[in-house]
Amino acid sequence: MLVKQLSVFMENKPGRLFKLTDTLGKAGIDFVTLSIADTKEYGIVRFIARDNAKAYDVLKKAGFAVEQTLLLGVEVPDRPNALAEVIELLEKEGINIDYLYSFALFKADSAKILLKVSDTDKAVSLFAEKGIKMLNEKIL
Amino acid sequence: MKNINDYIYSPQYECMTRSEMEALQSERLVKLVKRVYDNVKVYREKMDAIKLKPEDIKSVADLSKLPFTTKQDLRNNYPFGMLCDDKDDIVRLHASSGTTGKLTVVGYSQRDLDVWQECICRALAMAGISKKDIIHIAYGYGLFTGGLGLHDGATKMGCAVVPASSGNTKRQLSLLKDFGATVLACTPSYAVYLATEMEKNGINLADLKLRVGIFGAEPWSDSMRREIEKELNITAFDIYGLSEITGPGVAMECVYKNGSHVQEDHFIPEIIDPVTLEPLPYGEEGELVFTTISKTGQPLIRYRTRDITSLNAEKCACGRTTVRMNKVVGRDDDMLIIRGVNVFPSQIEAAIMNVNGIAPHYIIYVDRIGNLDVMEIHVEVNESFASDNIGDMEILRRKIENEIQSYLGISSKVKLVEQNTLPRSEGKAVRVVDKRKFTE
Repeated sequence: MLVKQLSVFMENKPGRLFKLTDTLGKAGIDFVTLSIADTKEYGIVRFIARDNAKAYDVLKKAGFAVEQTLLLGVEVPDRPNALAEVIELLEKEGINIDYLYSFALFKADSAKILLKVSDTDKAVSLFAEKGIKMLNEKIL
Repeated sequence: MKNINDYIYSPQYECMTRSEMEALQSERLVKLVKRVYDNVKVYREKMDAIKLKPEDIKSVADLSKLPFTTKQDLRNNYPFGMLCDDKDDIVRLHASSGTTGKLTVVGYSQRDLDVWQECICRALAMAGISKKDIIHIAYGYGLFTGGLGLHDGATKMGCAVVPASSGNTKRQLSLLKDFGATVLACTPSYAVYLATEMEKNGINLADLKLRVGIFGAEPWSDSMRREIEKELNITAFDIYGLSEITGPGVAMECVYKNGSHVQEDHFIPEIIDPVTLEPLPYGEEGELVFTTISKTGQPLIRYRTRDITSLNAEKCACGRTTVRMNKVVGRDDDMLIIRGVNVFPSQIEAAIMNVNGIAPHYIIYVDRIGNLDVMEIHVEVNESFASDNIGDMEILRRKIENEIQSYLGISSKVKLVEQNTLPRSEGKAVRVVDKRKFTE
């Protein structure tokens, strides 16, 4: 029901993102998603790899501080207001969204949204109840 | 620079011949050794351990036979184990911070306070200060010796004392203007800060009557002195002291500003090699050591200050014959003095641990930017506090800053860096990179 995301702390300076992507690329690991949250001095690179377990090991060995987080993934139709409807459900239940990012696959009629929320369990049962299609790692 | 006519407060002591001074020191030292042997267990044990009897000390020539005292001794005997006088005869307690958070305590008898006041009066006279002056004291009042030390001495001198203490810069500036203080006493970095804040607060140099500054409690360079003198249109003097010995006034610059005159009839200075602990001759650089020969409350024998400097016994152009100590060029322990506050890296580590549970690798960078000390702590982000959330990382970062502020009373900036990126040396971890220059 949940999607595993890896995150890496990184100083905000040239060459850092290259080192990460290069390390994974050389190990033959593909990104499925990639997003960066940043401040002036540092950022957190969040991503899902095709093979998360392998990516985790490779990065650890290369000396990165890697963190694993479980995200909630939902699929919403590619039409106006679709995302707002999902967010509204969470809001009504008082569930806060820490962050989210979306990605749309080429030639698809839906968009995939990944969310980190304040109460994951509650959000999962809420979505199940309301018939919102949730993603698991395989669907990605 | 404004013209200063200094005068000698106690010429009978400050202008003694070397042989008269040595005779006086010898007489006081012999008495002191007997007293501490009889009254302070620590000293009795130290002397017994090397089979030294009080009667073996006949003059200052025997000084180097005596055992050293360290900050650790004071800590081990916290709070009153080093007192020599009866506890009922102690009238004041001061303290400064130590490495483990345990304070270094100093007890003063009335006589000790009298000696301290005398030393401050001599120091003020060196800077041409008299009872006609209004002295604004912006050293912290409290356990720190800066505020109350200057306060008592200046009061004895007959100056009008403004006990402003530290903080509230806006009010400090209005007081300086409204009361027309002629003397400012504070840390040199605070003097710089006051100068930079003047414009913001609508105060011009013409509004002030300041002519002299008495600055100490932290090392400062000659270029910083020139800047303060220019910005505040004063002549700035360096005052040296440490609470263990008495506080400010242990030594002070005269108008010639060529080293600070040590009040040798009360505090015998020595320079030792910090490694071999052997005494070094005048002129050679080493660790400064003091023996407090006239104190009674908590006298110390050969106290290792950890300050690195040299001594100069040549007669000064001002007429004083007392030995001068040159500017302190560094320390031989890891203590940092940041904006006048003693900071040990272990305290920073404790603050990080209090927030995070464990302390990852960190380095303290200290610099002086625009004459103000700044401390930046780089902390490596390891698994113990990596997060997927920027908000959580920022909370953690600020918590460390707040912890340091409340633990040490000084602000700092915490910067998060990637793990394994901070320099590591063979064996001992590099904890401090001090980029300040005190010697130019």
